[in-house]
Amino acid sequence: MLKFEPRGAESPFWRYAAPVLALLLTGVTAGLIFAVMGRPPGRTVYTLLVAPLLQQDGLEALVVKAAPLILMGVGLSLAYRANVWNIGTDGQFTLGAICGGGVGLAFPDAPAWALYPLMLLAGAAGGMASGGVVAWLRVRFNANEILTSLMFAYITQYLLVWLVTGPWRDPMGFGFPQTALFSDAAQAPRLIAETNVHLGIALAPLAALALWVMLEKTLLGFQFRVLGQAARAARFAGFRETRLIWVAMLISGGLAGLAGLLEVTGTLGQLTTTLSPGYGFTAIIVAFLGRLSPLGVVPAGLLLALTYLGGDAAQINLGLPNAITGIFQGILLFYLLGCDILLNNRLRWRRRGPVPT
Amino acid sequence: MSFFLVAFLVSTIAAATPLLLAAVGELVVEKVGVLNLGVEGMMLSGAIAGFATAHETGSVGLGVLAAIAAGMAMALLFGVISLSLQANQTATGLALTIFGRGFSALVGARYVGIPAPTLPKLHLGALSDLPVVGPVLFAQDPLVYLALVLLGLVAWGLRSTHLGLILRAVGDQHNAAHALGYPVLGIRYAAVVFGGALAGLAGGYMSLAYTPMWAQDMTAGRGWVAVALVTFAAWRPFWLLVGAWCFGALMYLSLYVQALGLPVPSALLSALPYIGTVVVLVLISRDARRIRLHRPAMLGQPFQTRG
Repeated sequence: MLKFEPRGAESPFWRYAAPVLALLLTGVTAGLIFAVMGRPPGRTVYTLLVAPLLQQDGLEALVVKAAPLILMGVGLSLAYRANVWNIGTDGQFTLGAICGGGVGLAFPDAPAWALYPLMLLAGAAGGMASGGVVAWLRVRFNANEILTSLMFAYITQYLLVWLVTGPWRDPMGFGFPQTALFSDAAQAPRLIAETNVHLGIALAPLAALALWVMLEKTLLGFQFRVLGQAARAARFAGFRETRLIWVAMLISGGLAGLAGLLEVTGTLGQLTTTLSPGYGFTAIIVAFLGRLSPLGVVPAGLLLALTYLGGDAAQINLGLPNAITGIFQGILLFYLLGCDILLNNRLRWRRRGPVPT
Repeated sequence: MSFFLVAFLVSTIAAATPLLLAAVGELVVEKVGVLNLGVEGMMLSGAIAGFATAHETGSVGLGVLAAIAAGMAMALLFGVISLSLQANQTATGLALTIFGRGFSALVGARYVGIPAPTLPKLHLGALSDLPVVGPVLFAQDPLVYLALVLLGLVAWGLRSTHLGLILRAVGDQHNAAHALGYPVLGIRYAAVVFGGALAGLAGGYMSLAYTPMWAQDMTAGRGWVAVALVTFAAWRPFWLLVGAWCFGALMYLSLYVQALGLPVPSALLSALPYIGTVVVLVLISRDARRIRLHRPAMLGQPFQTRG
């Protein structure tokens, strides 16, 4: 029968081949699902993953969608390395958007050179505050960060709903649950005029590079890697786990907050009741697809951004609910995690029989 | 006053039932050393499977069975990846939640805003007509009683039976259990699927009895609250009941205060149960020694046979 046999050492080939295999399997599985649903599998997968890129402005839409995913995924790749399971980046994203967006709404007449940097700071600070509370509860009270970070995501969402339906609602907005539009000075600066390519598209790869340098080239990054691979060794070496938890939550929270601020000032232009179409969970997949390496997160973010565009395209062109994005993402994460067994194991045929002595 | 009391108690018990069902399942899963964070995904799958089946066949009973089956299928998927392929359990559980949300939204797109048969409430004659006690204790729907019976059975089974001893051994020291000849992986699979069945049933309760309809993401984080309840209870079954009732009460009160029209914004009141979860988790986790004492020692650790 087929059996997994330990390799003894991690296979360098499968380190990079496993995600590719996972992607192929996801494509095949998705095709099968579409076939079961009575859709032509080839054409549906094509509509999902290829057609969005061939459209006019397809690449522009892709990088705009990928920017927040990369920013959030980069922070998570760092946190997960240290086994700090921040799964509430949606909440940090939203609080960043609220804080930064609030600054923009408070000073509609301020000049851009003063206002926008302040909004960026406020957005990052909001995300860091949200992540920081989770870190504090974990370090001080031993409260599981998986649950607290997710609960804060729900709480922040209700805070947002309250703000945009209550005190921050646009009095000229015909009662719609949304704030006034940001002033021109409070919009994310464009890298290319007349497009949606905003500042975040440059910041995302920069953040990835910065965190990669930190993780691979500094003592702090070394401590992260040791803590994740051998927590006991890290303790014997005298690394302070609490400090690493703080750093992981502040960085992943701050980047998520920044992503939130950039998203509302770069594409949405105002605060509404739903800011994140599930970016928080998608960023988790981005981090894993990128093999928890900040640089790997960049292509992973682009790919997952494509599934969002594909979901929209499938809804418009094929009449499929855009929930297939979620299914696609879930299957991808399953395969990614499952294929990792090939890193340290090989598949072998072995006859059933007595164990040789 | 007695009207309020009856409404309060009846609603609290109803709101607590899905939490209790899912938490009892998760408790058994964690007792054998497996952390399945996919409860929310399994609940959503159960909710839509139950609702769709009940709507298509007109039978609530079949709906409940379909909800259970959907939860079990999802749990099996989790088992294959985290137990057989030894992937990280935290990440696999998250994948299960992401997949369950997408799957339920896709299947459920056709079922938004349409009715389905509802689980009937029991009526036990004169008992149900007693003031206060009647509606609270003797006129709930069958799943409310089933949840309590299951809780009792699991508590008794874990504490006082041979099977319970084996389950706890697998969760506390899987190498020793393996050396004694117990099939560690098989037992873990069985527990995970049992947990999936209860999570699916909890989802079915949501869409067939609690709020009889389908809406995307209708469980609204209850699966996560159920996971939190297991930690809150420090893996002791009867504390699950205390926790579930507290959350049921909190959920009812947040709705009740909204209905009163107090000058407190409803969105903030809706956040109360989540704030409550955080507060309770913090209070309970503060005592690290107690958590260490009760936590299954192998929780989250993969098991691999040598050779």
